Amino acid sequence: MANVPKELKYSEEHEWVRVDGDNATIGITDYAQGELGDVVFLELPEPGEEFKQGDSFGSIEAVKTVADLYSPVSGAVTEVNEALDDAPEKVNESPYGDGWLIKLELTDSTELDGLMDAEAYAQHIEQE
Amino acid sequence: MEGRKTALYERHVAAGAKIVPFAGYLMPIQYHSINAEHRKVRESAGVFDVSHMGEIWIKGEGALDFVNRITVNNASKLQTNQAQYSGMLHENGGFVDDLIVYRYPDRFLLVVNAANREKDFAWIKQHAPSGVEVKNASNRITLLAVQGRNAPAIVQKLTDTKLDEIKFYWFREGEIAGRRAIISATGYTGEAGFELYVDNEDAEHVWDAVLEAGKEFEIEPVGLGARDTLRLEMRFALYGNDIDETTNPLEAGLGWITKVNKGEFIGRDAVMQVKEKGITRKLVGFEVEDKAIPRKNYQCYQSDTKIGKVTSGAWSPSLDKGIGLAYLDKEFTAVGTKFELDVRGKRKPARVVETPFYKRPY
Repeated sequence: MANVPKELKYSEEHEWVRVDGDNATIGITDYAQGELGDVVFLELPEPGEEFKQGDSFGSIEAVKTVADLYSPVSGAVTEVNEALDDAPEKVNESPYGDGWLIKLELTDSTELDGLMDAEAYAQHIEQE
Repeated sequence: MEGRKTALYERHVAAGAKIVPFAGYLMPIQYHSINAEHRKVRESAGVFDVSHMGEIWIKGEGALDFVNRITVNNASKLQTNQAQYSGMLHENGGFVDDLIVYRYPDRFLLVVNAANREKDFAWIKQHAPSGVEVKNASNRITLLAVQGRNAPAIVQKLTDTKLDEIKFYWFREGEIAGRRAIISATGYTGEAGFELYVDNEDAEHVWDAVLEAGKEFEIEPVGLGARDTLRLEMRFALYGNDIDETTNPLEAGLGWITKVNKGEFIGRDAVMQVKEKGITRKLVGFEVEDKAIPRKNYQCYQSDTKIGKVTSGAWSPSLDKGIGLAYLDKEFTAVGTKFELDVRGKRKPARVVETPFYKRPY
C-alpha cells in the first residue's frame, strides 16, 4: 500500500503540499511515484516564477512514461530541489522527504481548504 | 484488471511485481525498478516470464514448403535443432508478424508475438494446404528467458545437456531441473543465455530452480519494462512499434532475413517492387543530444520539414542517454545526420547513430 502521511494536503493529480506559515513545499505522492516507476529526470521551474492553482509547473520523465506536474496551490517559487538533477531517484526513494520538488510562497492560503486530507486522498487512490 | 494469467502469475505477485495488462495477459512490468533490472541482466543474469508468446506447431507432408511459403527467411537452410529469425508478410509486403522458426526432424515450431497469436494462427491456418497440420500450443507452454553473462552457468547447473555445444540460434530437447524442456540459445536482450520452453505444470518448479541456481550470481526476476529497454539497446524490432502491417522488411532494415532468391513466398512480389523502386524511408537508430526521452510517435524535423517519426524510445540505462528508433525519409538516414525531435512542443537535438546502441563487452 502507498504511504499517505497524515499531516499533508493532497491534489487529485497526486501532488502533496506541506504548509509552514506562508510557505508550501510540494512533491508527488508515494502512489504517484509507484505508478510512474523509475524517475529519469525532471523539468522544474526557476525561483521567482509564479503559478496559479492547477497550472503545469514542469514535467517528470520516468522510464515508461512522462507526466505533467500541476501546482496544487497558487504562489511564487522560492526554491527548487536542485539535488534532483543528479539524483532523480530520490523522488522514488523518498517522495515526501528528499524527493520534494519545489517550494512556493502561498498567495491564497484558502486554496488549501479545497485540497484533500490524507483520508480523502487514500480513498481517491483506492478508486484509481 | 482482467486478463489471462501465466502459470507463474502467483510467483510474480508474491515477488511484489507491478502487474499490467499486456496483449491480453496480466504481466509483470517490473518487480522493483526497470533500471535496476536492466542493469542486472547487463551485469550478471535475470530471468523473464515470457509465456505470453505464442507457439504454433506445423507438421505433415509439405510442412517445409509451407513454412517457406509463409515466411521470408529460407527455412530450407535450417538443420534439425536449428532456429532462425524470420517474418510473415501480407501480399502487400507489410508484416503479419516477426517470429522465430525452429526446425525439428518432422515438424516446425513457430514462436510468435503475444499480441498477434490469434491473428497469426488464423492466418497460418487459412493459408495451410491440406496435409499440413497447424496446432496452437500457446496455452500449454511456459517460456522462461534466462539472460545475462552468467545465465549459461546458471542453466548448466540444472541440466546434463552440454550447453556450450548449443550455438547461438540452435536448440536441444533436454531436461531442466528434471523437467522436460526445449533449451534454445536465443534471447531478446543481446546477452548470452537461453530460452526454456516447459509445460505449464512444470513452470513454478523450473522458475524456482532457476532462481535457486542463480543465487550465487544474484539473479533476479526481470519484467517486461526492462525487456523493452534491453531489446531497444540492441535495435531488435518490436512488432506494433517498429514493424507492423504498414512497414515492409526493406525499410525496417530486415532485408537480411528476407531471402527473395529462395523462391516464391507471400509478399515476395511486393518486396521485389520495393527493391526496384528503392525505399522512401528507413528505420534508423538515433540518440538525443540533450536530456530528453524519445517516445513512440514523437515527430522528427529538420527546421520546418517533418522528416519522420519515432517508433520506439527510451532512456538507455547502459548509455545514460535518450535513444530511439525512427522511420526517417531516406535522404536523412545517413549515420551522423542531425535532426530535431519534438518533445512535447520543445525541439531537442538528435543524431542518427550506428546500431546496435550497445555492444556486450565479453
